[in-house]
Amino acid sequence: MITPRYHREIPQRYRLEAGKCQKCGEVSFPPRLVCPNCKSQEFETVRLNDEGKLLTYTIIRVASDKFFGTTPFAVGIVELNDGVKLTTQIADVDFDQLKIGQKVKLVFRKIQDEGKSGLHCYGYKAVLV
Amino acid sequence: MVGIVGYGSYLPRYRIKVEDIAKQWGADPEAIKRGLMLYEKTVPGQDEDTITISVEAARYALQRARINPQEIGAVYIGSESHPYAVKPSATVLIDAVGIGPDVHVASFEFACKAGTEAMYVAYSLVKAGEMKYAMGIGADTSQGAPGDALEYSASAGGAAFIMGNENVVAEILFTHSYTSDTPDFWRREHEFYPRHAGRFTGEPAYFKHIVNAGKALLEKSKMKPSDFKHAVFHMPNGKFPQMAGRQLGFTKEQLEAGWIIPWMGNTYSGSSPTGLTAILDVANPGDLIFMVSFGSGAGSDGFIFKVTDKIKDVQDKAVKLRDMLDNNKIYLDYGQYAKYRGKIILNV
Amino acid sequence: MRDVAVIGVGMTQFGELWGKSIKDIFVEAALKAIKSAGVDHIDSMYVGSMSSGLFVGQEHLGAVLVDYLGQNPIPATRVESACASGGAAFRAAYFEVASGASEIVLAGGVEKMTDGADVTDALATAADQEYEVYQGVTFPGLYAMIANAHMHQYKTTREQLAAIAVKNHANGANNPNAQFRNLVTLEQVMSSTLVADPLRLLDCSPVSDGGAAVILCSMDIAKKFTDTIVKVKGTAQASDTIALHSRKSLTTLNSVVSAAQKVYKMADVTPKDINFAEVHDCFTIAEAVVYEDLGFCEKGCGGPAAEEGRTAIEGKTPINTSGGLKSKGHPVGASGIAQIIELYEQLTGQAGKRQVKNAHIGLAQNMGGTGASCVINILEAV
Repeated sequence: MITPRYHREIPQRYRLEAGKCQKCGEVSFPPRLVCPNCKSQEFETVRLNDEGKLLTYTIIRVASDKFFGTTPFAVGIVELNDGVKLTTQIADVDFDQLKIGQKVKLVFRKIQDEGKSGLHCYGYKAVLV
Repeated sequence: MVGIVGYGSYLPRYRIKVEDIAKQWGADPEAIKRGLMLYEKTVPGQDEDTITISVEAARYALQRARINPQEIGAVYIGSESHPYAVKPSATVLIDAVGIGPDVHVASFEFACKAGTEAMYVAYSLVKAGEMKYAMGIGADTSQGAPGDALEYSASAGGAAFIMGNENVVAEILFTHSYTSDTPDFWRREHEFYPRHAGRFTGEPAYFKHIVNAGKALLEKSKMKPSDFKHAVFHMPNGKFPQMAGRQLGFTKEQLEAGWIIPWMGNTYSGSSPTGLTAILDVANPGDLIFMVSFGSGAGSDGFIFKVTDKIKDVQDKAVKLRDMLDNNKIYLDYGQYAKYRGKIILNV
Repeated sequence: MRDVAVIGVGMTQFGELWGKSIKDIFVEAALKAIKSAGVDHIDSMYVGSMSSGLFVGQEHLGAVLVDYLGQNPIPATRVESACASGGAAFRAAYFEVASGASEIVLAGGVEKMTDGADVTDALATAADQEYEVYQGVTFPGLYAMIANAHMHQYKTTREQLAAIAVKNHANGANNPNAQFRNLVTLEQVMSSTLVADPLRLLDCSPVSDGGAAVILCSMDIAKKFTDTIVKVKGTAQASDTIALHSRKSLTTLNSVVSAAQKVYKMADVTPKDINFAEVHDCFTIAEAVVYEDLGFCEKGCGGPAAEEGRTAIEGKTPINTSGGLKSKGHPVGASGIAQIIELYEQLTGQAGKRQVKNAHIGLAQNMGGTGASCVINILEAV
């Protein structure tokens, strides 16, 4: 049962909530307890910008069983406009259009299902703009 | 003044053409296109459902309304394809767009008019002074059984409306609902596809409820069809709304702006609401809009809107319905469509 | 700390070992190592395994394996650092001997991957579950993203990556323990099935069963047991962010750079002194990037180095003479130990057709995930 785990990550997956270090300004996504830059432990919650660019990508042709039936799908590493980077699927994309540097924005999509009777699990995906 | 302070709509990028469905079943596409006045329909991505469509529409509505989401006191989503049989769709939505947790939410279901129900209740709560803002959404990823006539039209999309009493872009002047036990279309618990009663869905169901709700609305308002710049009715196919409009005295020109069915299909709970957003996208201050939905079972909700001068401030604040309808389409063949819509039995 | 020697090695055939359990596989490798070393007992053992829990539903692996090896009640600990588990087990054994706490310690590694688990899912547990794997990303996918970034930044070509697979298969063809002993051509690699663009099936190390074990003891007593002795000249380990996306550069593996600096310092060598190396080529792109990050060439030259034959057995710095993970096989937890075994065989002149001329100092680089952990050991002929 993944319910408690899923619930815990909702602020990040639904609303892109990150932790901004009060000392050095480094933004961590997901939030951390220790700033990777200055080791400070004081943060404020900020929401990330939902637009950015594609740093790299691939097309997953062979996936784990959980994603069976959804291949092939594109995933990439996106650098958001505020500098934070994340890994995300790239939805609704003609694979020929993918290239490094492409502008993207994050949208709300279903990421996976917990089997046929379990939770629908949502979060962000990128789309080309 | 109470009415819409922000609106947004969302359509998936995927499409399937009538030809591709007809080919699968050995039907004549030209006859279907003529009969239904329909050429293609939207199809949700594998990762899209009523919740994700509602979230995108709600985000656009918030972009237009430019209000603090925390001030929204209620969110209602009307749909016949809520992803959960038990767990309200809007619980996900409020956390995704930053509403609540001090908020009232519910999932509505009334076949194709669940969206206007959501709008009606949201409007009523604001009008009653219970809350500053309330959001009503109609969205669906509707399913037509393979080979059934509904398969050509059942499509996906949705629209969200934030009701309030400050900076109103379209004031709601009158409403009227008309309901009866008319079993023209239903889906039993645990069934995947809906059933319908064929031609019985027409005259005793669709036309009776839309025309009676429409007439009552005209009487209540003491207005006549020619007073309206725009009209929109539930769009199960291309023919029905034109005929209903004619019966009530509306012209084809009045239906034009909200006439999205031929290239979109029937988005069920999102049908007349997305039509309304297409109208609001182009409306001018002072325009009167006549809207009547229809939901099988059966009932109709009617609204009369008066567009205010604030409309021009918000139209360009988010993507317009026709931009999504006309651009960036990705066409699927029937095999891909069957995969996307979960019509293939997988070994998982 | 005192000097430590490797005095015996043993490994199973790598491949699909349908008839053998994880216990059978480990015990076979351990018995061979013990016999090879000529010791009559061991004082302690460490065994690297990435995910026996997911692959065969067995945790508490140290206890299971020491029991079946017939060595109770000596201490036995399973070490986990994803694909670097073997390398990390070797380091643990090294420190136990170097510190003087024990005299003779076995370092092993084992993985049984073909018992029906969802291997893609199990391997993905080496990445960030919530922020990488949740999105459906796989290990081939993560390395494919490194490959795309590397190709974009350094103009690395598809052909250069394929050359790495061609070379490693050529080496593995001469390794009797290798899973794949067939040669492959550039065309075969480049037309094999796409797994995660641009990586194809023949860019990827296989799913394998296998075990490997080595015996370490203090240099002082090594000669008592055998004449084939290799000295552990240096060992280092370093870490990087668990998620690939958190890094400043997607084409440099900082854990490799950092561990290399430390191990070169400890061994008092420079990259020029390394005669040959086993590196963690879980995917062809990994070999190219690691080759650069170990300082064997400038950034961006990892692809050309393979294409021009500089990393072939006859080249300037032979890489993966064993066949690497690509051809020898990659039973995850065993790979780091199998690398040590190749170093041992090369440094003691027992590598047969794969023998590197004048092999005096060898390096083994083993990493976990997309380089979130990296272990490097340098061994020297005695």
